Amino acid sequence: MLITTTNGDMEESLLEKLEGTVDNDNELITWVEYRYEGELVHRSAKVVLKKAVSPFVEVASLG
Amino acid sequence: MANTQALCTSFMSELMLGQHQLGASTITSRTSLTSPTTDTVKAALFLATATLNASTTAYSATGEVSGTNYVAGGVTVTNAVAPTSTNSSTTAGVAYWTPSASIAYTTVTLSTSFDTVLLYNSTQSNKAISVHTFTAQTVVAGTFTILMPSNTTAAALIRFSTT
Repeated sequence: MLITTTNGDMEESLLEKLEGTVDNDNELITWVEYRYEGELVHRSAKVVLKKAVSPFVEVASLG
Repeated sequence: MANTQALCTSFMSELMLGQHQLGASTITSRTSLTSPTTDTVKAALFLATATLNASTTAYSATGEVSGTNYVAGGVTVTNAVAPTSTNSSTTAGVAYWTPSASIAYTTVTLSTSFDTVLLYNSTQSNKAISVHTFTAQTVVAGTFTILMPSNTTAAALIRFSTT
């Protein structure tokens, strides 16, 4: 599979692949990095937002 | 029968649809008063050093990311599902809206850490809608994707609720 890198498209087999996640109350992030001879040549990330913007709305009582 | 004091749940989603105007307001024409077009929502990324928050009123390029293939102002948000609302009791309900597709910045290089996406209304003078933060990221010749939660009362990206 070809990977888009700072050096152009490269065969995945030529690259060192690292993957990771960040999972907390706010988000789930998955990322993938490819390095070529120690140099970072590709990094992508996906974020799943877990917390909505959710204001509470109130109606005042009369009197 | 008894009456119950409450904010009408439908009012909340109708606010998001621009169906109420409780004061004089200057807006960009939506073509028709009776069948208005939908405004365009955009999503812009901001550096971890920026200061977006609840007081942000409009998109500004100050503090925005820059890099290969990233266009200032960000990308257009897919918005195929209108805001809606659901009652959970006689006093409570939720109005909610979620972009209908993931937000993607494709084949970009963003070397400086960013941790925020601003949703804003590019049709209406770039007025700010919401600020969403996440753990700081960089992207190198890659794609940054923000996947949307389910568009439900419990998970939608933007929810107005009464209890």
